[in-house]
Amino acid sequence: MTNTEELSDVPELPDVRAASMRPVLKPGRWYWPVVGALVAVVAVGVVAWVTQLHEGLGAAGYNNHAFWAIYIADVVTFIGVSYGGAVVSAILRLTGASWRAPLTRIAEATAVVTVIIGGSFIIPHLGRPERILELIYRPNLSSPIFWDFVAVSTYAFASIVFFFLPLMPDLAMARDRLTAANRPRLARLCGTLSCRWQAKPSQRRRLDGAIGLVAIMVIPLAVSVHSVLSWAFTLTSRPWWHESIWAPYFVVAALYSGIALVIIVVAVMRRIWGLKAFITDRHLVRLGFILAPFGAAYLYLTIADFLPGSYVGENGVANVFAQVLAGRYALWFWLFVFAGLIVPLLIIALPWTRRAPFIVTAAALVVGSLWIKRMVMVVAPANYGRVSGVFGSYHFTWISACVTLAGVAAIPLLLLLVFRVVPILSVTEMEEMAARKEQEAMREGADRALAEIERRHDAGESLDVQVEEAEMTPVGRADA
Amino acid sequence: MHEETVASSSAGAPEPAGQGPSGAEDYVQPRLGSGIAAKAASAVTAAVEPVVIRKVSRRRVLAVLGAAGAGAAAVGTGVLGREKSAQALGTGARGTPATVSKNPARRTAQWAMVLDLRRCDGCKGCTMACQQRHYLHADQTWIKVYKMTSSGGQTYHMPRPCMMCEDPPCMYVCPVGATFRNDEGIVLVDQSVCIGCRTCMAACPYEARYFNWSTPKPAPRMPGMPQSPEWPVPQVLGTVGKCVWCADRLPHGELPACVQGCPMGVIYIGDLVSDVAVNSFGDVIRIDEFIKKNDAVRFKEELGTNPRVWYVLGHDQSSVG
Repeated sequence: MTNTEELSDVPELPDVRAASMRPVLKPGRWYWPVVGALVAVVAVGVVAWVTQLHEGLGAAGYNNHAFWAIYIADVVTFIGVSYGGAVVSAILRLTGASWRAPLTRIAEATAVVTVIIGGSFIIPHLGRPERILELIYRPNLSSPIFWDFVAVSTYAFASIVFFFLPLMPDLAMARDRLTAANRPRLARLCGTLSCRWQAKPSQRRRLDGAIGLVAIMVIPLAVSVHSVLSWAFTLTSRPWWHESIWAPYFVVAALYSGIALVIIVVAVMRRIWGLKAFITDRHLVRLGFILAPFGAAYLYLTIADFLPGSYVGENGVANVFAQVLAGRYALWFWLFVFAGLIVPLLIIALPWTRRAPFIVTAAALVVGSLWIKRMVMVVAPANYGRVSGVFGSYHFTWISACVTLAGVAAIPLLLLLVFRVVPILSVTEMEEMAARKEQEAMREGADRALAEIERRHDAGESLDVQVEEAEMTPVGRADA
Repeated sequence: MHEETVASSSAGAPEPAGQGPSGAEDYVQPRLGSGIAAKAASAVTAAVEPVVIRKVSRRRVLAVLGAAGAGAAAVGTGVLGREKSAQALGTGARGTPATVSKNPARRTAQWAMVLDLRRCDGCKGCTMACQQRHYLHADQTWIKVYKMTSSGGQTYHMPRPCMMCEDPPCMYVCPVGATFRNDEGIVLVDQSVCIGCRTCMAACPYEARYFNWSTPKPAPRMPGMPQSPEWPVPQVLGTVGKCVWCADRLPHGELPACVQGCPMGVIYIGDLVSDVAVNSFGDVIRIDEFIKKNDAVRFKEELGTNPRVWYVLGHDQSSVG
């Protein structure tokens, strides 16, 4: 094995490498207790689910008038938040926004973790989860649920590939560091996973091509997942589910909550593992700037969704909307509008709240409120009796609450475990950015020197020039 | 009027020459002794032909339905229905192999219901008979009697069985093909396949599907009557059940529990092919004529589900639903 540094013309940046390996080598004394606590929460969720299997879905609060409820809202929420990875990574990668570099690994890992959790939440939703493989060996191609299954699995696979590709060079780096730190087993694992990465120019070229291709592919895939997910609702004739606007509505909701979750995860990670030197407040504010247009778009689509049905007064839709806007679901709905749309938008819009802690608060509000929104939009039309016109109700039970909390706890748990193995920052990408910046700075310096020589030549002055050294920009810093 | 939907011949089987589209061949499982029904078929069909509305004895009622059911070729079609749906999905044949009927005169029945709401007083006898027969929990009202208010402010009662749609939304959205429609137009759920995703409940515009949220009511084992889509007793925890029009009884010329349990004779069950239906009083009607004469309507016609249930509205009711 050749040493990475010898082949690479990228300048060594010891602090990035050390910082990215810190969770792997020295995760901190709090690490195992926190992991233990999260495992306990997940375990309680599993116990609750086993109880539910035994007693039936009624134990989770389901009934004839709430045949779809919390678990479907969870599926939509978890798969929705996984969009953040796709956007922050793929779109910023494709548009060449260099400030993304320290965020991509965290964003992509969050995407992988949440899509896996979201996909698995279909299991507590099912009455007979042991028959789930029938989706593979006796599928009904006319069913939107079957296509949900196809879309989610494809997207999950693509997210894993998209997470893994940029990781390969970093795994080679991790291998060397782990060998040096006398952790041979983990080093061997990283070595295997790095697929013999040696930073050869040919390897780099191929990897760049592959990453670019997957970055392009992951965007339509992400859009398709939430569209197909919305079609599970809209392809029924139920009032408020049967809406043509729901596919884009779902996609925007997913992007909105996904970026919000990336903000939260990035903020937490940089705090617990001391990454403030690389992930600055400006990064969070910039993510907030990406969050804002999606929030505005969601507000707009919400109005567009509700106006026609409320205006015309066609029986079913009007009944449901009356309950959502001014009836039994109104408290929840308006809570979502204020906490999930208006407050976050104001926080980002107002200059004096445009600071990291506020942005993180806004993001937390968005993620929580969008779950509430999804509960309302799943439960209200299901509650509505389409023959009687009477509304039923759904009540939480300890089982559904514990299973949902287990899903929530599984996000930090899996992320903590993932970053015990892989570098938390995309080191190679950051080093490349730094090298490119340095080259640009040098070229700029040379240009300036040449201009000075020309000027002096024209002016007949001495050509003995002292060119100031090109300014070095810190790696991955987001500049103004 | 609905023969065209009958036309599709059962999948994968050779079609005997000389049969018209409405005379699609049927399949008989030898063990069911359908030979008796076959013999009865021609005679009774002929006898029924001139009937518009008349009283017949209970035995006669059974015989009439037996005639319609004879073409149905007994419970075997249920197996075939499943087999057909399985083949259509490309997952191979299931169930026991069936034999082709040699009698070209036999036709597949196309079951239909006509509910004369003018007679219904909302006693829920139908619901109770059904729940008793199928061992259902009280909230599982496979046939549910809704109290409706007409735009004139008068109340009327509307029993809602499964509509046995010709284009059933529940069947299209089922991700594993657990819901299927058999050759006689009966929409059934195979509870040994259902994964319990409840998309069918979301899709059904008539709220006719009921999930087993808790342990189903225990039912005594009946020898020779294993749990099947036609005889979904006992219900299965974690799966969806629904009204089956007592598909296990129809081929034997017996009335569904709800029809039998209606003291007012509201519910007529019959066959669109022979165009005959009967109620618990033994009133026999020509379906086509009856629904035309009485301006019968189908529930939520605008959704394009093509239900096989017609409602005759009373004098003070402007519409159903």
